[in-house]
Parts: sequence; C-alpha cells; structure tokens
Amino acid sequence: MTEAVTIEARNAVKAFGQGDHVVRALDDVSIQIRKGEFFTLLGPSGCGKTTLLRLIAGFEMPTSGSILLDGADITELPPNKRPVNTVFQSYALFPHLTVAENVGFGLTMLGRPKAEVQKRVAEMLALVKLEQMAGRKTSQLSGGQQQRVALARALAPQPKVLLLDEPLSALDLKLRKEMQVELKRLQTETGITFIFVTHDQEEALTMSDRIGVMSAGKLQQVGSPKDIYTRPVNRFVASFIGETNFLPATVVPGGVKLATGDVIEVATTRPGAVTLTVRPEQVRLVPAGEPGAIAATVKFLVYFGTDTHCHLELADETEVVARLQSPANGDAGIEPGQAVGLRLAPGAAQVLED
Amino acid sequence: MAERAFHVARLPGFATTAIIVFVALYLPIFTLVAYSFNASTSLAIWGGFSLDWYAKAWDNQQVKDATIRSLIIASFAAAISTTVATMAALGTTRRRAFKGQTLIYVAINQPLMVPEIVTAVALMIVFGLIKVWLTSIGMGGLTTGLGYLILAHSAFCIPFAYLPIRARLEGMDLTLETAAADLYASPWQTFRRVTLPLLAPGMIAGAMLAFVISLDDVVITEFVKSGGQDTLPTYMLGQMRRQLTPEINAVSTMLLGLTVVLLTAFFLLTRKKT
Repeated sequence: MTEAVTIEARNAVKAFGQGDHVVRALDDVSIQIRKGEFFTLLGPSGCGKTTLLRLIAGFEMPTSGSILLDGADITELPPNKRPVNTVFQSYALFPHLTVAENVGFGLTMLGRPKAEVQKRVAEMLALVKLEQMAGRKTSQLSGGQQQRVALARALAPQPKVLLLDEPLSALDLKLRKEMQVELKRLQTETGITFIFVTHDQEEALTMSDRIGVMSAGKLQQVGSPKDIYTRPVNRFVASFIGETNFLPATVVPGGVKLATGDVIEVATTRPGAVTLTVRPEQVRLVPAGEPGAIAATVKFLVYFGTDTHCHLELADETEVVARLQSPANGDAGIEPGQAVGLRLAPGAAQVLED
Repeated sequence: MAERAFHVARLPGFATTAIIVFVALYLPIFTLVAYSFNASTSLAIWGGFSLDWYAKAWDNQQVKDATIRSLIIASFAAAISTTVATMAALGTTRRRAFKGQTLIYVAINQPLMVPEIVTAVALMIVFGLIKVWLTSIGMGGLTTGLGYLILAHSAFCIPFAYLPIRARLEGMDLTLETAAADLYASPWQTFRRVTLPLLAPGMIAGAMLAFVISLDDVVITEFVKSGGQDTLPTYMLGQMRRQLTPEINAVSTMLLGLTVVLLTAFFLLTRKKT
C-alpha cells in the first residue's frame, strides 16, 4: 500500500550557534508524512520536534536539506506563501480582534470575498461549537474556548497540512481528554493532514495514525502506535514510551541467554551482547521452581488501583517489574521476600539495537 | 493575621512626611490657580473673585500668538518624534540582542541625560552656522520660521515618545506576528494588521507625552527661537521682566488644565486593562 506523501523532509539539518558552539537541533532528519494521516512527533523537550514543525511551517530555514509539499520543494517559501497553518502552544490569538475576525484572518489575507469569509467563519465556528462567541473578544474566553478558536482559525483556510505545537499542554487533564477526542473528530471530518507535536506519550498513542519518536535532533523510529509500543527499535524508544524492563543478555542459537543462565526464545540477527526489553504487563508470575520459569525474589509491591506493580530481583540482581491486574480485594497474594518464578508472554521480549 | 510583616506605611512619621510632601507639591499650584481669580492687580494680595484676568489673557494678542505657536510646534514635534521613536523601538526590540545595544539606548535617550542648557547652546550654535551658510548661498529667507524650533523640539521629545512605545513592544507576544505570517499575511500586512493596532496605545501615549514636554519647554526654545517667535512659556518668562499681574496666573492655569487633560488621557491609555 503506497499512499500519497503530503509533507516530506529530506536530510533536514538545523544548526544554531557558531564556531565551537554549534547545536544541531535537527540532525539529518528525513521523513514522509502521508496525506490525511494524524502524525505525531513525540519526544522530550529539546529533541528537535518543534524545530521540525517550524521548518515545515516556514518560520525557520533549514541549514541544509529540503522540505517538500506534495512533491514540490517549498524550502525557500516564506510562511505566508505555504498552504500550511499552525495551532500555537500559546494559541497566539489576536487580542485586538473578535473571535470571528480571528477565524477569518487567514481567508481575509488570502483576499477572499467578504461573503465567502463570513460563510466560512460561521461554518468553522459551528465545527468547533463556538457559534455564540463570534462577536466576543478572545480575552473573554476560557482556555478551552481559546484553544478551539485557534483550531478554527488554523483550519478555516483549508490548509493542506495543519501543524499543532503542543496545543493541549496548557489545559487541565479533563479538558485535555475532551480536546483529544475533539481533535481526532476534526481530523476525521476535515480529512486534513495533522502533524501534532507532543511530549506526552499517552496522547501520542491514543490519537495518532503514526508516530515519529525523536531524540537529540534525530528521528529514532517511525511507526504505528502499536509498532512503537510493542517493537521499539532502541533503548530510548522503549523507555520513553510506556514503562519497560531492560535485561542484559547474550545471543545464543535460538534466542538469547540472560546473565542468570536462562535462555529466552527470541528472533534476532545481531550477534554478541544485547539488551532484551519486555513490558511489565507481559511478565507473568508463576510458583517458584516451575520448569522453564526464571527464578526471582519479590522486593516490594506498589498499588496503582487497577493494577499492582511487583518489583522483582533476579539471581544476578537485575531488577524486573511485573504489572499484575489487581484482584477484587486489592490483595495481590504475594509478599516481599517471597521466591517466585517469572514467565515472559510469548513474543513479548524484544532485542534492542543498542 | 499571624505575623505583622514590614510595611513602610507603619513606620513612625510616615503620615506626617506624606502630608508635608503633598502640601509642598500642591500648595503652590493651588495658590497659583486661586490667585488667577484675584480681582486685584497684585500677585499676593487677595482682592476678591474675578474672571477679569482670563478675559484679559484671552484678549491679549501676544498670548494668542504664543499659544498658537506653542500648539503648532508641539503638534509637529509630537508627530515627528513619535514616528522616529516607533521606528527606533521596532529596530531595538524586534531582533535578538546585539552588540552595542546599550549604546543605542543611551544614544536615543541622550536628551534625558545631557543637561538641557548644553543642548540648547549646542543647537543655537549649529542653527547659527546653518543660518550663516543659508544666507551665504542666497537663501536668507530660510533663516527664520518655525522649522528650527520644530526640529529642536522633535529631537528632545524622542526619548519621551520612545519609552512607552518600547515598553508596549516588549510586552507584545512575538508569536502574534508569526501567527499572522502563518495565516498568509505579508510582512507589510502583518505590520499593518497586527503590530500597529497592538502598538497604537503606546504610540498615542508617547505622542501625548511628547506633546506635553514640547508645550512646556523653555530653555531650548529660548535659545533657538528667532525674534517674535515666543511660545507660551517663553512669553511668560518675558513678562517677568515687566510688571507681573495675575494674568500670568490665568495663562498658567489654562496651560495646567491642558496638561492635566493630556496626562489623564496618557494614564488611561497606558494602564493595564483588566
């Protein structure tokens, strides 16, 4: 299945500073974002995700490399000439204009007739459910409403790509959940390609068609939320998205051998010393001494409500966390100091690149 | 209230000091205003209430000419200095910090720091040289006129216009301009539709301050003006050499009234909207 590519970055590099103090905010990033997809750039602050967004918007010029829109090179195009709109983290609503004037700003600048602008503004305000607020000043709106105005304003000119720079970070948890659903709905209804920047892995997993995980100016992995979560390629991706266990191991025929001597069946093409990763919910506890189980000792338990985290120690002092669903009475039925056996769910263990 | 935190208003003698300061500041002004309604010809002896001095001042052609001259100069000076100050403020805030920035601030604010009398003498000398040169090339007709006064006033009004404009610019969210560009506004449209409307209160405040400063100036005007170019303040100064009557109180009161109106407008425009 090959889908049309809307936005493409080719070997994009963005360096700041001079001489010995050059910082590569973006270090040779190439990426293809497909038409109509909800694509998330995920990473910690300073990983380069916002820089990549600003290159696509045209607010910054790449030091080298190029940005393509529908196959045409737009690297040199200023932001006002790109059919790309942005929802800013601070919303950046114009305080001297009304809600309707804010939403109509882009179309007015494009020189569209007044009647068309008014019609489109009304449609957009209906889409974000703010019809009643058209004549208000933006300062009279709540944070969630301002967020919606920012969305309507960016969507009104029907851009080919909508860029969202951590738009939900200023909202409280409840509103954030609502807006996540809202964003997903808007994306489906408009069919516009969304590029969403966030440092919140849960937000990325729940909303995206595909995720690009970034760290230190480089793209670490691109894939569906399931791919990223279940088959992380390296230690950074595995630990940044969700919680995980790392086990040092050595490749042997048919799998890898842990430091404890236990052999885990896993496919890998790499030789020598590797790191094995397994999610806590894929670790099962069995009675001690069960054949084929890895021997472990319970260190302590942390109760999280829906589940309980069981911190275990292997014979070589490697720590492993198992996430167990909490039973009805909340009592996991195991005690610190107890000897238990560990089993990894089939196919759950992954060998990391580094 | 568990603890009584330090508060300057609770220091002994605070109220007394405050009252003395207010009396010292406002008593002369109230006296001036009160004696503008004095019926007698003396500045110091009360002779009953009268509006005569206002009528006299109103009928005095010299006062009228000086007032009109003052208003013309102040209007031009305010317009010119605000335009220059806006450009200077945009140039000094809409970019990353650069080497020599402090030097530029100092240069712009020079009239606030250099003693006014020095500027006055310097202007007199430079304008004198220009006038000599103009006469030598047969353009002696340009040696008089309000142009020199307007130029001088514009120059020393710049820092007064610059400060509120710069404060307004520094408080402005730069993302707004980025957002405008993102929404297809050209650089000029961005300036016209976003920067300028947001800057307007600062510019109006700056213009008003400049206007008041120009209206009030004596020293530089006295040195730069040609004969028969009295502004209201220099006219009043000139009157001191003759007999002083409460007419001067009446003129002062009117000038004070105009200043108060302008400064109130300045305050209303610059205060933070809640």
